[in-house]
Amino acid sequence: MSELLRVEGLVKHFPLDRHRYVAAVNDVSFVIGRGETLGLVGESGSGKTTVGRCILRLIEPTAGRVWFDGRDITSLPDEQLRPLRHRLQLVFQEPFASLNPRRNVRQTVEEPLLLQGGMSARQRSDRLRETLALVHLGDRHLGRYPNQLTASEQQRVGIARAIVTHPDLVVLDEPTSSLDQTVRAEILDVLVDLQDRLGTAYLFISHDLTAVESVSHRIAIMYLGRIVESGSTQQIFGRQYHPYSRALLSAVLYPDPRRKLEPFTLRGEIPSAINPRDECALYGRCPIGLPSCTESAPPLEEVEAGHFAACFRWREFVSGKATAVTPPVEGAPHPAVSRWAGRDPARRPGDKAADPEWCSPVTKQER
Amino acid sequence: MREIDIAEARPRSRTAGLAAAARLVRGARLSPLEVVALVIFAVILFLALFGPRIAPYPTETANPLLRLLAPSRAHLLGTDVNGMDIWSRLLAAPRTDVFIAVVATGLSVLVGAPLGVIAGYFEGNRRRLSSLVGEGIMRLLDVIQAFPVFIFAMVLVAIRGANVVNIVAAVAFVNMPVFLRLVRGEVLQLRDQPFAEAARVVGNSDLQIGFKHLLPNALPPLVVQISVTVGFAILLTAGLSFVGAGIAPPTPELGNMISEGAKFMITGQWWPSLFPGIALGIIVFTFGVVGETVGRLLQPGGRAARERGGDLNVGAQQAVADMVQEKRGVS
Repeated sequence: MSELLRVEGLVKHFPLDRHRYVAAVNDVSFVIGRGETLGLVGESGSGKTTVGRCILRLIEPTAGRVWFDGRDITSLPDEQLRPLRHRLQLVFQEPFASLNPRRNVRQTVEEPLLLQGGMSARQRSDRLRETLALVHLGDRHLGRYPNQLTASEQQRVGIARAIVTHPDLVVLDEPTSSLDQTVRAEILDVLVDLQDRLGTAYLFISHDLTAVESVSHRIAIMYLGRIVESGSTQQIFGRQYHPYSRALLSAVLYPDPRRKLEPFTLRGEIPSAINPRDECALYGRCPIGLPSCTESAPPLEEVEAGHFAACFRWREFVSGKATAVTPPVEGAPHPAVSRWAGRDPARRPGDKAADPEWCSPVTKQER
Repeated sequence: MREIDIAEARPRSRTAGLAAAARLVRGARLSPLEVVALVIFAVILFLALFGPRIAPYPTETANPLLRLLAPSRAHLLGTDVNGMDIWSRLLAAPRTDVFIAVVATGLSVLVGAPLGVIAGYFEGNRRRLSSLVGEGIMRLLDVIQAFPVFIFAMVLVAIRGANVVNIVAAVAFVNMPVFLRLVRGEVLQLRDQPFAEAARVVGNSDLQIGFKHLLPNALPPLVVQISVTVGFAILLTAGLSFVGAGIAPPTPELGNMISEGAKFMITGQWWPSLFPGIALGIIVFTFGVVGETVGRLLQPGGRAARERGGDLNVGAQQAVADMVQEKRGVS
């Protein structure tokens, strides 16, 4: 499979004020081949949407490079980027908000063709009908405005607009998350069907793991702006080498009563992305975290062919030897709070004594 | 095909036309006040076009013998100081006032709206120069708006001379910032909508996004503002004439009619001033209400409701029927 999109060292920081910034994306790299679907998974705030928007240059990355079809599009001026737009498309999370309320289906879906140029009215009309048929819309929808469509129809119009120019890559930014279950399945079917027919590559951004599993060839899991694990769908769903991935996947509920649940939960919530330290982002929530995990951010290591994980202790983790290094203490304060304890007394003076586990002499000594 | 259906359903006879109009009124859910305002609005437009022709007496010919006659059967609203029939002049006056106000407001919109799009779209733009353009427009506006509108218009007319062209220019100039600010505000809010990003993704340039995608969505508040501004432009024109910086007599114009009659109020001849004054009030009010109505009907949601007969359930049923049909078509 030849390479279509290469993202290298992508960083996006949103400044808050002079000293603080939100590190939405930290050093993210991946490759998407032609006709391939990469599922980008993570909870809210993990930076997955920001990655998609950086690729499309809807926002400017702070650092890093994006190559599209062998061309570096990171610093391309707008005038040179526009002719490439029809090959690189986006489907939005909110179907209704992404459609111009004053333009009907025909105007919306035909616009990319008009901007691309080089097609006669006849050709455009043919392509329009062909594309609408692909997303199961008909002539009767052509004159309708977004508010006259159902949510599913709106999203299919959004998809039609994205694929009408037969792009090489479509970024799907949570295309199903605002739709109900039946519609969700329908949209996913449409997407898979389109890929078979047009050979489009997808970057499928979602927190819906079942959806990701059903459409992706490969999956990358993001946590706090970093990819913590990536590999083929079988590899990721087969065995996780990163504690976060395991926790995430163990939270999937399959509609199958015979399937055994193996609960693996993390304590606390996703920490703040403001001025993060150079350390493993999961430290503090991680059941196998060691003080040494705070020395630097773990790099992605190849744990098996084509399968990468960013955990210092993946060997111990996967062999089951590294469980419960720091078992949760009964009545202990919120881990996100205790994470500060003993480390930054000036900022959280009250917490120091509250959590003996985290202020143990060993911890201090090691630092 | 839907279009053909509509064409066939077009009313052919006059009664069918009336019935269609009645349906439209019901579909638009107009309040009684709005109906009244629309009727008066139609009358004003009619007078602006044909007023001088239907006036029973000449509108610009003085007759000293008929000076300051009280309202009577012959002169419904009496006569003014020059012996001209007030009713006739009242019918003719909207042509002057409405013409000046509409042309001036049109000019304000033509200049203000595009500048508003640019100012709004480029404000805080990552490109320094674009951002400066937006900022520059707004600061210039602050200077213009620092002057009271009426005084400013008066000064402009005083400098350039009191003729129709200069009055139009002055009224247009002082009203332009209103539209600029309005459109800028709308664009500022619209440019962060996902559909604006969608427009960028499919390959629109900055200006295309601003004018093709954002400006049409700023239309409802713009139409409301246009109508209100026309009302106030009429008031401004009349005001300029009232202080003598506008249309001079004998041209029938509400402001100079009120002004001429004002000095006779204390001597008991109230009619030369009162009737043009009431007419002015009604006109300003009507334009305000009509603007609100049209703005409401221009909202995309309003249109959908009307096309579905105003019944939400019908829309839902239609959607379900479509989906069922689709499923059958697919499988």
